[in-house]
Amino acid sequence: MPLNLDQIERLARLARIEISAADGGETRDRLNDVFALIEQLQAADTRGIEPMAHAFELAQRLREDAVTESDRREAYQAVAPEVEAGLYLVPRVME
Amino acid sequence: MMEWEIVIGLETHAQLRTNSKIFSGSSTAFGAAPNTQANAVDIALPGVLPVLNRAAVECAIRLGLAVGGKIAARSIFARKNYFYPDLPKGYQISQYETPVIAGGSLAIVVGQAGQSYEKTVALTRAHLEEDAGKSLHEDFHGKSGIDLNRAGTPLLEIVTEPDMRSAAEAVAYAKALHALVRWIGICDGNMQEGSFRCDANVSVRPRGSEVLGTRREIKNLNSFRFMQQAIDYEVQWQIATLEDGGRIEQATVLFDPATGETRAMRSKEDAQDYRYFPDPDLLPLEISPDWIARVKADLPELPAEMKARFESEYRLSAYDAAALTAGREICVYFADCVAAAGRENAKLCANWLMGELAARLNKEGREISAAPIPPLQLAALVRRIADATISNKIGKEVFDALWSGEDKDVDAVISDRGLKQISDGGALEALIDGVLAANPKSVEEFRAGKEKAFNALVGQLMKATRGKANPQQVNELLRRKLSDRDVLRPPD
Repeated sequence: MPLNLDQIERLARLARIEISAADGGETRDRLNDVFALIEQLQAADTRGIEPMAHAFELAQRLREDAVTESDRREAYQAVAPEVEAGLYLVPRVME
Repeated sequence: MMEWEIVIGLETHAQLRTNSKIFSGSSTAFGAAPNTQANAVDIALPGVLPVLNRAAVECAIRLGLAVGGKIAARSIFARKNYFYPDLPKGYQISQYETPVIAGGSLAIVVGQAGQSYEKTVALTRAHLEEDAGKSLHEDFHGKSGIDLNRAGTPLLEIVTEPDMRSAAEAVAYAKALHALVRWIGICDGNMQEGSFRCDANVSVRPRGSEVLGTRREIKNLNSFRFMQQAIDYEVQWQIATLEDGGRIEQATVLFDPATGETRAMRSKEDAQDYRYFPDPDLLPLEISPDWIARVKADLPELPAEMKARFESEYRLSAYDAAALTAGREICVYFADCVAAAGRENAKLCANWLMGELAARLNKEGREISAAPIPPLQLAALVRRIADATISNKIGKEVFDALWSGEDKDVDAVISDRGLKQISDGGALEALIDGVLAANPKSVEEFRAGKEKAFNALVGQLMKATRGKANPQQVNELLRRKLSDRDVLRPPD
């Protein structure tokens, strides 16, 4: 199932990556190489095998429900490009 | 004209009542100064790792048990990828293919007293996820402000099958779920603060069709009234569009309370592809049968169980039983009241609780926990009505005295104010004779077949006794007297 240029463009938009028209073709070809590899993997018979989400046969550890963090806003905001009234400022977003 | 069937499914985000966030040790307390409860994990500094909060999982188990769902022995966390400034990681940690809860159902009662019906809404799943931060769009020199205090707050998203067929059913389900999550203590249910918010998937189809119509999703309904209005508007819009020959495009819409309308948020071209995949930072979540058993032992009697008990033991209607189990507070109040008034008076207790008491609380904007009349006082009042010491009507006068706090003791109010009902047959008969003698015109009208005249006579008698005459006895005696041809026969 090779990708076409429209799909490359859409993926780039979703991932917020800028891919120029000149690079589109090369990106498509390289991704399609990866897809070919995936297709090879998908050809393997996996009937009756439970999908695996992780490589380890382990379960996750849980934490107790306790507040262990204190306010470090000042330190975090010291490296932020712009802050005001305790808020991080970002380019205007509207739905 | 074609008949349309409405199909609704709901997705509810219940904010879980934990002290700390789902994957970090930051506080979840509401209303803190912006970004003071957002630590390195919440603001997604590089290299941080999430560690799951045991209490959030326990909340999910409680819900799973309460709705009879299947609690997954092993479930997986997944990344839902999208870009938005209040989601600093660029993905939300959620669950996708293997949620913590699968299936289950919730019984609802729809409609008003006397014409209500029961229905069971099937649940698809419930999964754990983290909330995003908040974007503030007030003008910060043309920029948006981001507060990440809410980022990482634990949520349980509870999803239904497309089982509801009207806005009323959707609202009844939302109310029942709202009551349940508070009842089992997993969510404070504060809708204004966003602790309980619903998205409604709405579609219409020709009645009889097996195929679902294209749905539009109404986002973030944070009050039951808005839910009703939004769905009503959306349904009418979809039907009008289809009848005009148009077609419905799948879309996410917002409800504007100011106009009462829904409008599309994103166009189809912008439809999200979330590219879910298992979160490599989080190993599978395992829940042992032991853990489930411990949580189960700790669970209170559930509203559905109490409702069934009220119906069978107290002979209450499904509607009454549902109303009395709509919240833990009202349920406890009712149970205390019946315990004191006697099981045989349960229906009378229910009537007073859902009638006078509820109306008064509603009028004064009070919660039942702040009612000035405790359950034992209401029980005493009910007992005096049941044993015919006072009439139901006089009961309201006693209720007023108790409510205002003038008096605390029902019997004292009755005797101090001389409210005891006149049930002495002889005394009543004498009074009736007086009333008949004074109202010959009404007597004549009644005999001419006017039932209204009877009520006028009862009214006169009640006036003469200041409402204290036993109404049942008055009815009987008066009818007997009037049917007696010799009584007050007008002179020929």
